[in-house]
Amino acid sequence: MLVLTCPYCGVAAEETELHAGGEAHLKRFGPGASDEDFTGYLFGRENPKGVHFERWLHANGCGKWFHAARCTATLELFGTYSAQLTEPPEPIRKAISAKRPGWRWREFS
Amino acid sequence: MKRYSAFAVAREAMTYHQGWERAWRSPEPRDAYEVIVIGAGGHGLATAYYLGREHGIKNVAVIEKGWLGGGNTGRNTTIIRSNYLQDPSAAIYEKARALYEDLSQDLNYNIMFSPRGVMMVAQTHHEVRGYQRTAHANALQGVTTEFITPERVKELCPIIEINGPRYPVLGALWQARGGTARHDAVAWGYARKCSDMGMDIIQKTEVTGIRQKNGVVTGVETSRGPINCKKLCIVVAGHSSQLAEMAGFRLPIESVALQALVSEPIKPCMDVVVMANTVHGYLSQSDKGEMVIGGGTDGFNNYTQRGSFHHIEETVRALTETFPMLARLKMLRQWGGIVDMTGDRSPILSTTPLGNTFVNCGWGTGGFKAIPGSGFAMAELVARGEPGPLAAAFSLGRFTEGRFIDESVAAGVAH
Repeated sequence: MLVLTCPYCGVAAEETELHAGGEAHLKRFGPGASDEDFTGYLFGRENPKGVHFERWLHANGCGKWFHAARCTATLELFGTYSAQLTEPPEPIRKAISAKRPGWRWREFS
Repeated sequence: MKRYSAFAVAREAMTYHQGWERAWRSPEPRDAYEVIVIGAGGHGLATAYYLGREHGIKNVAVIEKGWLGGGNTGRNTTIIRSNYLQDPSAAIYEKARALYEDLSQDLNYNIMFSPRGVMMVAQTHHEVRGYQRTAHANALQGVTTEFITPERVKELCPIIEINGPRYPVLGALWQARGGTARHDAVAWGYARKCSDMGMDIIQKTEVTGIRQKNGVVTGVETSRGPINCKKLCIVVAGHSSQLAEMAGFRLPIESVALQALVSEPIKPCMDVVVMANTVHGYLSQSDKGEMVIGGGTDGFNNYTQRGSFHHIEETVRALTETFPMLARLKMLRQWGGIVDMTGDRSPILSTTPLGNTFVNCGWGTGGFKAIPGSGFAMAELVARGEPGPLAAAFSLGRFTEGRFIDESVAAGVAH
């Protein structure tokens, strides 16, 4: 079972306490955007086998959304961070680089 | 290829069964093929088979990273049904079900198709209305289903508790010609016929890159060297996003783990397939006597082929209320497969931004039942370069055009 530490309340929350919210840091497109951009935002996903940044809701806890960096191939957790950040912070990137040298994920690597 | 028959068994018995040949060849890859299919699961092999049978294209290679039928084809709960709400879904799944009916004869390979009947029990009033609507839709689509009473449910499946306090059975959507088949045999049967037609099935060979020139595919890089092709067909379920990345486009797919489990074998007690969508579980009894139980998917991206334990717990907890006798059973095995989920829970059979490259994916939690229909429709798409009537609605373009085939709303969880 996944255990993610909520960066807001500090609780090491088990998977049953959380709700997965899918890929994080999506670039949003709205009115005026091209059909391709809008489709990409709504449906296109990285879906990597490896390092993945995603959103989680501490549903049966403090109720806050937060971000997590996780490996989808091993279920390893690299860390969690605030939902207010628009990209993964330096400590998270370093934690990933230490275990997955040469990792890449969009423009964040 | 030696034909399988009762006479063949008798003939081979004369030589102590030493004369049987291998069901399919394991050749070295050639330099080039007309069509390369990536993925030797049910869908990939069926695509190759119908390319040969329907369109006369036999210069085909099927490349497989692991072993033939070792992915989701060997991991599902083998249920076959076509009682879908939306017209395009009903058409392709009913085509598949109809092809399953005589697939054993067609392939000369016993796939053990058992049209024992599939019932989807309604345990809330919302589900009753939903399934009645589906039954009416099926009548218009030419799919034979009916909405049956709780008494009829009990008659067909005596071990079910229809008066449970939390999950009473209020009726069911019954498809008498649905059922199960031996999942491995479907892959093996197609592989044997493909090999017999001269197609190469190349196992333990991973595709590591896709070669292109001027926006058109020219071949693939593999762990055993480059292979050229005129057309490429990507049929790799959970790993579709990785192959799409190699080809230079993105798919509206997320890969998650779906689990199933089987109990210890018991005497025959249930000769139908029961799906209970309210409690996220589906159940049938295998020929060996094991109760085969399918569960729900995890909510997060996952490639580990194992799922979260709490989903098993939820499935079993709810099923034991609907089937009280299951509470005494020990569970033998649990496993997971990586399923490719689309936003509308319908598959993608489509051309792609890369020329002469086609993709068949997004079958999510319900691909096994569709194998023959999917292969048939995909072969038509690959051979002609444009979709036929079965595949047309399942194009990638539907996500841009908002033309969804929304089975997630229509069917709840299980597909």
